[in-house]
Amino acid sequence: MTILEFKGVTKRYHVRGAGDMLALDDVSFTLTSGQTMALVGQSGSGKSTIAKILTQLERATSGEVLLDGKPIPHRGPGLRRYRQRVRMVFQDPFASLNPYHTIRHHLARPLALDNVVPKDQIEDEVRALLTRVRLDPDATIDRRPHELSGGQRQRVAIARALASRPELLIADEPVSMLDVSIRLGVLNLLADLQRESNLGVLYITHDLATARHFSDQIMVLHHGVVVERGSADDVILNPQHEYTRALRDASPDPDKHFAGPTGEATTRSDAS
Amino acid sequence: MTFTSVPDASDGALPTEPRRPTMASRVSASFAMFRNGKSIAGLIIVGFFVVLAVFADWIAPYDPLEKDFQALRQGPTAQHWLGTTHMGEDVFSQIVYGTRGVLIVGLVAGVLATLVAVIVGVTAGYVSGWKSESLSALTNVFLVIPGLPLIIIVASQYEDPSIVLISAVIAITGWAWGARVLRAQTMSLRHRDFVQAAKANGERLHRIIAVEMLPNLTAIIASSFVGTVTAAVLGLTTLAFIGVIPITNLNWGTILFWAQQNGAFPDYWWWYIPAGVCIALLGMALSLINFGIDEYVNPRLRSAGERARAMRKKGLSASSGVTAVRTAPADD
Repeated sequence: MTILEFKGVTKRYHVRGAGDMLALDDVSFTLTSGQTMALVGQSGSGKSTIAKILTQLERATSGEVLLDGKPIPHRGPGLRRYRQRVRMVFQDPFASLNPYHTIRHHLARPLALDNVVPKDQIEDEVRALLTRVRLDPDATIDRRPHELSGGQRQRVAIARALASRPELLIADEPVSMLDVSIRLGVLNLLADLQRESNLGVLYITHDLATARHFSDQIMVLHHGVVVERGSADDVILNPQHEYTRALRDASPDPDKHFAGPTGEATTRSDAS
Repeated sequence: MTFTSVPDASDGALPTEPRRPTMASRVSASFAMFRNGKSIAGLIIVGFFVVLAVFADWIAPYDPLEKDFQALRQGPTAQHWLGTTHMGEDVFSQIVYGTRGVLIVGLVAGVLATLVAVIVGVTAGYVSGWKSESLSALTNVFLVIPGLPLIIIVASQYEDPSIVLISAVIAITGWAWGARVLRAQTMSLRHRDFVQAAKANGERLHRIIAVEMLPNLTAIIASSFVGTVTAAVLGLTTLAFIGVIPITNLNWGTILFWAQQNGAFPDYWWWYIPAGVCIALLGMALSLINFGIDEYVNPRLRSAGERARAMRKKGLSASSGVTAVRTAPADD
C-alpha cells in the first residue's frame, strides 16, 4: 500500500511588481493506492499547483510531501525513483506530446529511463501499453501526435504515464480539453486502469458530476484552501460549505433532468 | 476500433496503416521546410554555385592567374567567355575559382555562428534568472557591435589572415541575431507541456534540450544558418573589395577589387558585372531559401495569391468570406 501525504503545504508565487500570491494555504490530504480522490475547484484555486508540487515541477514554499512516510527528495536518483512511482497525465493532449516524435518514442522513453523492461522487450511493451489504453498498436505506433484525434492523444498520454508502472497517478483535468462525446470513454478507461493496477488516482477537475462518477473521495479547493472533503456522495448530496453548494448548483446535474434513480444517466453515453 | 494482437506490419488490411518510418522518410520529413517553390529555387541556384566550386578544375578553361599577354582588357570572345583583366587573366575562370573562396568562408562562418547561436540562445532560453539575463545582455552587446569595422580591425592585425580566421571573425559578429530568436523560441518551448512531461518523466537536462526541444527548433536554426551564410558572403566580398583580405584569397570580392584598382568602371563591364551578378544571385538564392523556411514555420506568410490559387484548385472561392465552405457536388 502506497500512501502519499501532503502535509500543511503552502505555496507562494512571487509575482513581479505585485508582491506575493498565495496559491496554496496549509493544504493537507493523503492519497492511497487503490483509491480515487477528486480535487475540485475553479480555475486559479490551486489545483494545478498541487499537481506541479506532486510531480516536483514546483517546490512547496513550506510544509512537506511524504511518500510512505518519507519526505520526497528534490533531486538525484531519489527524485527519479519518486517520479517513477508518481506519474501525471497532463490536461492538454495537444500540448503534452512532442509534435516531432512518434508515439513509439513517447512510450519507449519512460520505459528505457526507468528500466521497466529489458531493452529488447521495449517494443513489445510499447505495444502492450497501447493495447491497454484501447489503441491499435499497428495503426498508432509510428504516427506522430498530430495524426491522432484528441481522445487518442490523451490515451497515449495515459499510456505514457502508466509506462513506468506507477503506484499513484495524477490526472490534471484529463478530459477538459476533449470532445464531450469522448470524455466518458477516457474517464472509464482511467477507472478501469485504476482498478486493474490498484492505482491511487488524484483526479483534478472542475466538474463535480464527473468527480462523483469517478471517485471515492472529493476534496473541494477554494482560493488555495481546502473548504470541504468527504466521500463523494456526501460532498455532493450534502455540501457543508457555501462554495461547494454554489459549485454544485452551477454544474449541470443529469439527475435533475433525467430523474434517474441513482445518477445512472451519467454513464449512458459511453462513447469508447 | 480494431485490435490486432499479432504485430504484423505487412498486413495492409488497414488503409490508414502508416508505413514504418525508414531512414529515407525521416530525412525527407526533416527537409519538409525546403519543400516549397521559393526554397527549391534558392537551393537550385546555390547548388549551381556549389557545382561550380567543386568542379572548378574541370569547368574553368584557364588557371585563374594564368596571364595571356596577347589579350589584355579584352571583351568577351570565344577564347575568353567573359573577357580578360588588365593582366590578361581569364575573368570567367576567376569567377569559377572565386566561388570556392566565397562558399568556403560562407559555410565555415555559417557553421561557427550557428553553433554559437544555438549554444547561447538555447541556454539563455532554458535557464532563468540572472544566468538568462546575462546571456541575453551578452547577445545584445554583440548585436550592437558594428560588424564590418570590427572585422577590418581584426583582419588588419594579421599579415596574412587565413580563411578560418576570416570566417571566425565574421561568425563572431554574426551569431547574435540567431541567438536572440532562438532564445525567444526556447523560452516559449520550455513551458510547453511536452517539455514539462519529459521533465516529470525524469529525462535529463541534456536530453530534454537535445531530443525534445532542438528538433522543434530546426527550422529556426536552419534559417539562422542561412542568414549568417548570407551575411558572411556579403562580408567577405566587401572585405575583399576594400582590400582588407589579401589578394591571394581569390573570391568575387577580389575580382571587384582589381577591377576597381585598374579603372575598369565603367568601360570594361565584363570585368565587374559578372562578379556583381554572382554576389547578387547567391544572396538572392539564400534569401529565397530563408523565405521558404519562414513560410514553412509561419504559414500565414504565404501570399494571399498563393492561397487563393490553392483554394481554387479545391473548388473554393477565396472571395466569399473568411470561412470557405466546400459546396457539395450535385450528385452527392
